[in-house]
Amino acid sequence: MTYLTRDPIVVSALIAEVAAPQCGGTCVFLGTVRDAPQDGGVTGIEYSAYEAMAVAELDRLLAEARKRWPETRLAVRHRLGLVPTEEASIGIAAAAPHRTAAFEACRYVIEEAKKRLPIWKKELRADGTALWVDPAGRPAVVGPEGTP
Amino acid sequence: MATGTVQVRFFARYAELAGCETTAVSVAVPATVADVVRQVREAIPGAALLPERPLAAVNMRHVRLDAPVHDGDEVAFLPPVAGG
Repeated sequence: MTYLTRDPIVVSALIAEVAAPQCGGTCVFLGTVRDAPQDGGVTGIEYSAYEAMAVAELDRLLAEARKRWPETRLAVRHRLGLVPTEEASIGIAAAAPHRTAAFEACRYVIEEAKKRLPIWKKELRADGTALWVDPAGRPAVVGPEGTP
Repeated sequence: MATGTVQVRFFARYAELAGCETTAVSVAVPATVADVVRQVREAIPGAALLPERPLAAVNMRHVRLDAPVHDGDEVAFLPPVAGG
């Protein structure tokens, strides 16, 4: 399974992956790079990953979701490299016989992905500077951090 | 005392601080991830700037710092993750 891509995420391809005659509800989530005018403007985010572990962790969390919502079909792409503002960095499609499972499984995958995937982002500012972003969305400081 | 060799990997900001993406360290076994952190912080000048309690993974699984480390394991130090 190819979860990681350096190309734009194609939503129709994600939907096609999960489409099935028994599914009556499909939920699609896109996480997109947003501007931050208060921080001087963000033109894009450079994503990097511990790729082999990101794939292994996605395998594990998708297996968890499939166990919890057994009839749900799931597809995920996470983009790496430079993603310009407004473009999607992650795309998730979840299809199920009924909408409740589709929404819940989709939500589970994005929440777990954000907590667990070894992926990092460097924010590219309009003034040409670049800053690593911490999970709270603030620029990371160099030096000792709080304990996990 | 027996020693083991573990492959250490740094990512993102930690790779910049350490000045490298990989290194190998010898540790007295049995050892924990915390032992590897100490060893790395002492052995690599830039790595002294790593947190004392970083997120860590052994063989591509998230672990706590008291998790055991064996000869031949891969130990990765992960900055706060920010995917999605």
